[in-house]
Amino acid sequence: MNTNLNSNNVTKTSNLKTITVDSIPVTLGDESNLLEVIRKAGIELPTFCYHSDLSVYGACRMCMVEIEDRHPGIFPACSTKAEPGMVIRTNTKTIRDMRKMIIELMLASSDHSCTTCPKSGACKLQDIATQLGVKDVRFKQMVAQDEKDLSSPCIARDPAKCILCGDCVRVCDEIQSVGSLDFAYRGADARVVTCGNKGIGEVECVGCGQCVKVCPVGALTIKTNLTDVWNEVHNKDKIVVATVAPAVRVAIGECFGEEAGINNIGKIVSALRIMGFDRVFDLNFAADLTTVEEGNEFIQRYTEQKNLPQFTSCCPAWVKFAEEYYPNLLNNLSTVRSPMSLFGSVCKEQLSKELGVSRDKIVIVMVGPCTAKKFEANRPEFAVDGNPDIDHVITTEELARMIKEHGIEFEKLGFSALDMPLSFATGGAIIFGSTGGVCESVLRYAAKELEPGPSREFKQFRGKSGTKIGEIEIGGNTLRLAVVSGLANARALIDRVQNGEESFDLIEVMACPGGCVNGAGQPTPQCDEDNSKRAKGLYDNDRMLPFHSSGENPVVKKLYDEDFDEHKIHELLHTKYGNRRLIKEDDFVLSTPTAETKLNLTICFGRSCFTKGAQALYGNLMKYIRDNGLEANTEFKARFCATKCGKGPVLLVNDQLIEHCTLEKAVEAIGVVLPQ
Amino acid sequence: MQKNVQEFGTKFESVCAVLEKYECNPHMLVPILQEIQAAYSYLPKDVMNYVANALGVTPGSVFGVATFYSHFTLEPKGKYVIRVCDGTACHVRKSTEIIKTFQAELGLDEKTHTTEDNLFTLEEVACIGACGLAPVITINEDVYGAMTKEKTVELVKKYKEEEAANA
Ligand code: SF4
Ligand code: SF4
Ligand code: FES
Repeated sequence: MNTNLNSNNVTKTSNLKTITVDSIPVTLGDESNLLEVIRKAGIELPTFCYHSDLSVYGACRMCMVEIEDRHPGIFPACSTKAEPGMVIRTNTKTIRDMRKMIIELMLASSDHSCTTCPKSGACKLQDIATQLGVKDVRFKQMVAQDEKDLSSPCIARDPAKCILCGDCVRVCDEIQSVGSLDFAYRGADARVVTCGNKGIGEVECVGCGQCVKVCPVGALTIKTNLTDVWNEVHNKDKIVVATVAPAVRVAIGECFGEEAGINNIGKIVSALRIMGFDRVFDLNFAADLTTVEEGNEFIQRYTEQKNLPQFTSCCPAWVKFAEEYYPNLLNNLSTVRSPMSLFGSVCKEQLSKELGVSRDKIVIVMVGPCTAKKFEANRPEFAVDGNPDIDHVITTEELARMIKEHGIEFEKLGFSALDMPLSFATGGAIIFGSTGGVCESVLRYAAKELEPGPSREFKQFRGKSGTKIGEIEIGGNTLRLAVVSGLANARALIDRVQNGEESFDLIEVMACPGGCVNGAGQPTPQCDEDNSKRAKGLYDNDRMLPFHSSGENPVVKKLYDEDFDEHKIHELLHTKYGNRRLIKEDDFVLSTPTAETKLNLTICFGRSCFTKGAQALYGNLMKYIRDNGLEANTEFKARFCATKCGKGPVLLVNDQLIEHCTLEKAVEAIGVVLPQ
Repeated sequence: MQKNVQEFGTKFESVCAVLEKYECNPHMLVPILQEIQAAYSYLPKDVMNYVANALGVTPGSVFGVATFYSHFTLEPKGKYVIRVCDGTACHVRKSTEIIKTFQAELGLDEKTHTTEDNLFTLEEVACIGACGLAPVITINEDVYGAMTKEKTVELVKKYKEEEAANA
């Protein structure tokens, strides 16, 4: 009663820019919806389908609130506009009962056996059910018998746990512009699936794991391989090496209740040694090597004005994305291996020499913030005679899980030192973990090479904005650069470049918004600032180091002076990427011959060939075949991407591949096969 | 044989024509799929992939739309489409039994809806508005009311025999 009076007073006396939330007056700012205003008031409304970076979906109905004097009384806060003077109640009996019922319905319609769920402890459904005191479920359990999907090395799907909030669908489409997951079917059969119900590892998914990050339940999780890693650690015949990526150290503390951004590398080393790893290295060393190679590559390309803009290629999700959607740009990607794959090849080479053992006795486990690195480690390019350069990839979260499994009390750990020399690193390496870091590192290196003087910093490329564009002067040249994170931002920028609206010399692309600090393998941030704090942790570390440009790294210098010749540099430090068919289907038969086959035509119907007129070519060819009475002799097939994009339209006439095909060229080739 | 030559590639050409007609406008996805289904009598997955490419949308979103509307079908349908009504009136008059009998007679089950020889497709549908005839079924355009187990067996036999006679 009292509070009611209060709240009325508040609304009457305060100015018009105020809303009352459970008697708390809140001044309206630029909040886009009621939910944000309520959260501003310090009330944490439960939600499943709301994410501030995504479009509003309004499906889960957890965020329902009462608005006084409004029909019909209750509204979803996430999709209701905040208006001055509103009087809101977030926790009435009606609302509580409704929320409880929704939770019960969710528990009844999907499989929620918590004890065996990888999400247990970090599951929103579990949290909210506990918070609301849901003790039993009044509805009949009706769980779809969908099988688990373990086809991807990066993410695991357990569709039986899906609550259909659609968060993954929107992230994959809106943030990554990949769209591997989508709703299909209807009513009680509604599902989130890939196209044609295939395994997520068999479609266009780039393994970035951003969908795992937003999934409130255990339907999408990181594909873990901890059992394999433990087995290696316990195998006496193996020398087990860990290498730790920059972003891990500033986030792992969050798994143990610490604030974001604290540099925990010393504790991580201690923990890995206790668990039984034989060597622990800093992946930053390899990041310095990547910078030097990529910097040299950039200087050379810029001088020759060849294959520009140069794209960074450290992010495996971006590389796969480029292979799928922009095959004509593959020559623009840096050919330098990512720090991980470069570390693998260099470390296996150096250690096997040092210890006098064969390569396959050494097992390297990379600890990183990234799920897509699991895919990269599996790429055949990064193996020697079937022995991978990196044997296992685990994420920050998985490392925390290992620490817990071992029973190590992280809080009580002391600091240990990394193994040398393959851990020595400059500040140019540590900043790789944040968006803009790789670009800045390459620029620092190029600046040092091209103009004498102290190390320069390039702060305009820092910060979490998804697209950063800037011009800088180095050695009398004006360079135009772009830094993008989130593949939808990358796509928008590249499309502008390809349409000739913009041009750049160097473009850094990271799939995860904000860069690796926000990788899907990192602990889920508690608030928006956490990623900025992690990034700050890296830049602070940079400032404390003696060197800031990768070219100054003495161990790297020594490698170039003593160990690397041209051949080794090529073999250990570089790679090449290839076109990847977006739709992995067999050729699709458009028409079958009835006479003994003489003419086999295969046309490419990939997106690129389509835009270059493949459909018109098909129409003209059909007309030609008909006009010349060749129907009975012709088998006509289509292929989704003949991997010659940029040279389309592409036609195969029997075994002859015709690029930039026209009707005339095709007719000529047909004439050879079927002389009339 | 002769027929195959005549039909040479025409179905796919009609896909091209539909795409041209709608100028590859992704907002016209539903009518595009509708016209394609009219040509093929179902939506082959390759054609859906092609449409996605042509419209510049993800294959997943085309799949989502194609599976949302029960009007669309992703499997080729048989020559005879049997629809068994499972609306309330038919259900209480034991339409389930009719379905079971069709399944048994045609060698179908909950997962396989079309016979191997592509002759029959069995579907369950919501009320078709002929409750007076419950339980009611349709085979293509023909309606059969007050169905029983025995009548079902008879009917299947009749269609099979007609087919054999025409072959
Ligand atoms: S991992 Fe990334 S690309 Fe793959 S489905 Fe999830 S969000 Fe989409
Ligand atoms: S998989 Fe997860 S994020 Fe995607 S719809 Fe289901 S519950 Fe939501
Ligand atoms: S958060 Fe508002 S409906 Fe889901």
